[in-house]
Amino acid sequence: MRLAPAHTQRLVVAGLWVLAAATVGVLMFIAAFILLRGLPQVTWQFLTDEPHRMGRAGGIFPIIVGTLLVTGLAVLVAAPVGVITAIYLTEYTREGRLTAIIRFGADCLAGIPSIIFGLFGFVFFVITLGMGLSALSGALTLSLMVLPTIIRTSEEAIRAVPASYREVSYGLGSTRWQMVTRVVLRSAMPGIGTGVVLAIGRSISETAAVMLTAGSALRLPRSLLDSSRTLALHFYTLSREGISMSNAYGTAAVLIVAILGINVTAYWLMRRFIGKMG
Amino acid sequence: MSTDALQTAIEAGEARQAAAAAVPAAPGRDKIVVRGFSASFGGAAVLRDVSLQVRSSERLAVIGPARSGKTTFLRSLNRLNDLTPGFSCRGQVLLDGQDVYGADCDVAALRRRIGMVYAVPVPLPWTIHENLSYGLRMAGMRRSGEIDARIEAALRSAFLWEEVKDRLKDLAARLSGGQQQRLCLARALALEPEVLVLDEPCSGLDPISTARIEEALGELKSRYSVVLVTNNTKQAARASDRTAFLLMGELVEIGPTQKLFTAPDDKRTNDYITGHFG
Repeated sequence: MRLAPAHTQRLVVAGLWVLAAATVGVLMFIAAFILLRGLPQVTWQFLTDEPHRMGRAGGIFPIIVGTLLVTGLAVLVAAPVGVITAIYLTEYTREGRLTAIIRFGADCLAGIPSIIFGLFGFVFFVITLGMGLSALSGALTLSLMVLPTIIRTSEEAIRAVPASYREVSYGLGSTRWQMVTRVVLRSAMPGIGTGVVLAIGRSISETAAVMLTAGSALRLPRSLLDSSRTLALHFYTLSREGISMSNAYGTAAVLIVAILGINVTAYWLMRRFIGKMG
Repeated sequence: MSTDALQTAIEAGEARQAAAAAVPAAPGRDKIVVRGFSASFGGAAVLRDVSLQVRSSERLAVIGPARSGKTTFLRSLNRLNDLTPGFSCRGQVLLDGQDVYGADCDVAALRRRIGMVYAVPVPLPWTIHENLSYGLRMAGMRRSGEIDARIEAALRSAFLWEEVKDRLKDLAARLSGGQQQRLCLARALALEPEVLVLDEPCSGLDPISTARIEEALGELKSRYSVVLVTNNTKQAARASDRTAFLLMGELVEIGPTQKLFTAPDDKRTNDYITGHFG
């Protein structure tokens, strides 16, 4: 039996709608589930107090600081390195064996499970370089982990800048560096920003790699060489070791709101940036 | 000497230099000399042994059927072909007696001396003002008063000032096609080049916009050498002093436009202008 085209059309639309609704629905369900259980725990006290009795009581202030430290530093290291690599790959070298190898390497890195990055970070940063279990070790490990994301998204964004812009810039007597910084990066900035936001999201929600490199101290980190715990790891520890489910949900709620906040802020900043440059 | 006095002295020096540079060369003197110039892309010859002169303050039209090497010729003058992988060339292009393919040639400076307008207007995705100030800033100009004066002069020369003077902060992409092309002309003029090369600048424009561009070119003739590539033999006849006819990468004939279009020496030129091919 053959359906009339109009029926097929209606069927396809209905199918797509159901699938889309299911995707969004699952996301909403997870978020609602955690926020409903977690948000009641989140008080001013919870956000500003130190944890007591291994996190059974008290708040999560040192963990918020640790998260900002580890994630922030990871992205601060990975973003410039990633963007510069992408610039090199797209603007400063012709396609060849070397670019193919770099690109293949980046893609392989992207597919490696985070626990492997954790083990590498433990062996290399923590032991060999003697950084110990510290915010610095954790951040450097995470920066390696998110580097491929930043390289590839930046590369795509840079490649999407029309070749005619480059030609016009050269025609007006710019050097290659002027062309790259003033024309290409400016046009590619929204795409690069998206890559950085993805990298922040991946870093902030990472547990395995952080556990092995940043450690899980509950104290407020006083320096980059202090061990520090991140929100995702705190949630994992509280729930996995049955310490306090209510505080675990509270932590998860803070994490979800933070990620949402970062995304909204980043998109707002990017829109403002685009609006300014046109 | 106080810093102010020093500044004044420097400015006076700059003004003297600028005045010296602005003195028009004696008419008829050779501005560009092309000698035995051949070019190829990836081994495929595009130009074969082309020799011609562009005099100062003359408008030279380059005509010829598609794929005759007109654009390659134009882009060889300011070395834009260098950007295309596989390009190689032999022979000489002399600008004021200096080989532009010489090892000591500053390519960025060369491209400021030879302003270029492309077949399709490519405004950079910024405001009108930013499009015009970009080349000036790349050349090291910092004082905004100076930049604005240059911009106004360039826009007036391109017959665009009256239309955009109140909307310099608008995006260049909002202009009409004809306005965009005049913006691109103004962008090249803002750098006060010595030679202006135009690659079929009116191919996508309506007759009124075309007329405005030609009008602008007529006024500019006294200050610049103009090389105009065109597929439109009528335009060549209207807007040039001499015309060169290229066919399959070879220079068939060059002479006063009036003569070339009425009594060409070569039969192939005659066939082309009377519409027998191409």
